[in-house]
Amino acid sequence: MRFTLTDEQQMIQAMAREFAESEIRPIAAEIDREARFPHETVKRMAELGLLGIIVPEAWGGSGGDTVSYVVALEEIARACASHAVVMAVNNSLYCWPVLTYGTDEQKERFLTPFAAGHQLGCFALTEPQAGSDATNQHTLAVRDGDAYVLNGKKQFVSTGREASAALVFCQTDVAKGSHGISAFLVEKSAPGLSVSKTEDKLGIRASDTAELVFEDCRVPAAQRLGEEGQGFRIALSTLDGGRIGIAAQAVGIARAAYERSIAYARERTSFGVPIGQHQMVQWMLADMATTIDGARLLTQRAAALKDAGAPHGAAAAMAKLFAAETAMKVTTDAIQVHGGYGYIKEYDVERYFRDAKITQIYEGTSQIQKLVIARHVLGERA
Amino acid sequence: MKILVAIKQVPDTATQMKLGADGKTIDPTGITWIVSPYDEFAVEEALRIKEKRGQGEVVAVSLGPDRVKEALRSCLAMGCDRAIHLNDPAWGAADTLMTARALAAVVKQEAPQLVLCGRQAIDDDMGALPAQLGELLGWPSAYWIMEEAVDADGKTVRVARQVEGGLEVFDLPLPAIVTAQKGLNEPRYPTLKGIMGAKKKELKDVKAADVGLAAEAPQLSITALEALPPRPPGRIIQGDLPTAVKELVRSLREDAKAI
Ligand SMILES: Cc1cc2nc3c(=O)[nH]c(=O)nc-3n(C[C@H](O)[C@H](O)[C@H](O)COP(=O)(O)OP(=O)(O)OC[C@H]3O[C@@H](n4cnc5c(N)ncnc54)[C@H](O)[C@@H]3O)c2cc1C
Repeated sequence: MRFTLTDEQQMIQAMAREFAESEIRPIAAEIDREARFPHETVKRMAELGLLGIIVPEAWGGSGGDTVSYVVALEEIARACASHAVVMAVNNSLYCWPVLTYGTDEQKERFLTPFAAGHQLGCFALTEPQAGSDATNQHTLAVRDGDAYVLNGKKQFVSTGREASAALVFCQTDVAKGSHGISAFLVEKSAPGLSVSKTEDKLGIRASDTAELVFEDCRVPAAQRLGEEGQGFRIALSTLDGGRIGIAAQAVGIARAAYERSIAYARERTSFGVPIGQHQMVQWMLADMATTIDGARLLTQRAAALKDAGAPHGAAAAMAKLFAAETAMKVTTDAIQVHGGYGYIKEYDVERYFRDAKITQIYEGTSQIQKLVIARHVLGERA
Repeated sequence: MKILVAIKQVPDTATQMKLGADGKTIDPTGITWIVSPYDEFAVEEALRIKEKRGQGEVVAVSLGPDRVKEALRSCLAMGCDRAIHLNDPAWGAADTLMTARALAAVVKQEAPQLVLCGRQAIDDDMGALPAQLGELLGWPSAYWIMEEAVDADGKTVRVARQVEGGLEVFDLPLPAIVTAQKGLNEPRYPTLKGIMGAKKKELKDVKAADVGLAAEAPQLSITALEALPPRPPGRIIQGDLPTAVKELVRSLREDAKAI
């Protein structure tokens, strides 16, 4: 068993770290405050090849592996969780399914410019009544000649406003339930598709979360991804990979909070000693260090399994669950280590705390991860 | 146009230096090694010259032990076409002159039109090598360059050098040696594709005998290294504000002799 990254993975990690430190970190507080999408730095991420890491060069990507993706994503998330979600959505929730299930014609149009980061993609599964219960799809796609006509509403779509295309899940055969769900690649400019609102959020405020409304939106049948009825399988396999990315995001947020806590514990004094000398503060720091390491190992293991072509659904769910819970606990304790100052916006730990929360919710809540893990350990397939 | 960039691998600026047990070397444990920042400016400039001309070759070269391959690989990831690693125990104790001799031998073999270096390496800050290399080759050289323009024919290079209060502009006939000062450019990050592609590029190991050099003893040897004396602790002046200010001014004037 080896625990070292390859030379390339280390170089990618170093590049992502330097880039994030010098170009993303300085604007992170400001774009959070203004809830402003960071177009300039997202463009820089595209130039560096961070938006299509696992996509082969032939399809506009960087030809890297999933381990490289998670080490880079951790670095980006450490500087800014909003940038990390933009990166995660484009890489795992959009490019990966198009690469895996798309035809060559679909890849040319819906993958190459997206993997290169010239355009951004998004993933529209959730509906008002279909979150954890994602099979409860009400958006309908009705076949009409060589097209489908889409009607319905998708909500909480990350990058939904900024994206140029959406991977949309719809019911094509209501009678078949989850086996009647199909996936479609829809250009955001398609007539009948509109962004009806973007949400005002607790965290990841620089990433837009949009509601998409489909009103008699005609989508050519050639833009159906995979077979009719294959949509839910596509969604689940996509989320298996996506969760590894969210785990990496959670590790990055937790690490940022931990590093701030260590620095603060060295410099802040109370009762005549640095607070890091108080045993109760040490406990918090030791727990942070231990759980972050555990979360990272689970995350990188899940990524390595995916790279090896091995089953990784349970490993991804465990990584996401543990990393998200770790991020929430670590950022909570980071505020505690900072005392009152941690509660003030001037100190970044306040932002880390708000950003961490989403990792327990999207791409399956922590409860849903436990459900997935339980099904695996009991030998029931999800 | 062929450009050779000489780079050095140095400890990261954030590294806490510790002296080795012999008192003459740095303890290498825990050091993160990087390409010396001024050398990164040189690499960047070489790549820009090539990109501007639409053709050419950029060769990175470095002398040092096995770990130096990492630094050369970063240069390849940034976009250099190939790399040469001067890697021979005979160069184990190389001083700047030995290094310059080895580089001069490579330059003679490679025959580039331009050699770029950083103005100095940030480890020992000697800054002697480019001048020694120029002298050994008999090439014109210019140091601490802030701007550079190779003419369309690739016959001369116009360089602007930082001097007190302004820039000093020279034309040098090529081949020449130019060293980079901070401000020349903003080095690029290697892209993911660049990193993935670096492994496929040539990284050649060269021994002293390969460039026709016999073993020689260094002219310079280090007698001792000493750590900086620890900084005296800061002093917090207590008391009410008017008294404290008076004491501060007195202390700055009489103790620190700063005002
Ligand atoms: C900022 C943000 C970005 C998002 N981005 C996207 C995106 O890009 N694309 C997309 O499709 N969706 C996205 N989502 C949606 C997200 O995935 C869902 O919000 C999430 O899956 C939970 O669904 P829900 O909100 O409907 O909550 P519900 O499903 O209503 O859950 C409410 C509570 O009940 C619990 N619960 C529900 N069912 C069970 C059960 N069976 N057992 C135990 N507990 C249960 C949940 O864990 C939760 O605690 C995003 C959401 C947010 C807030």
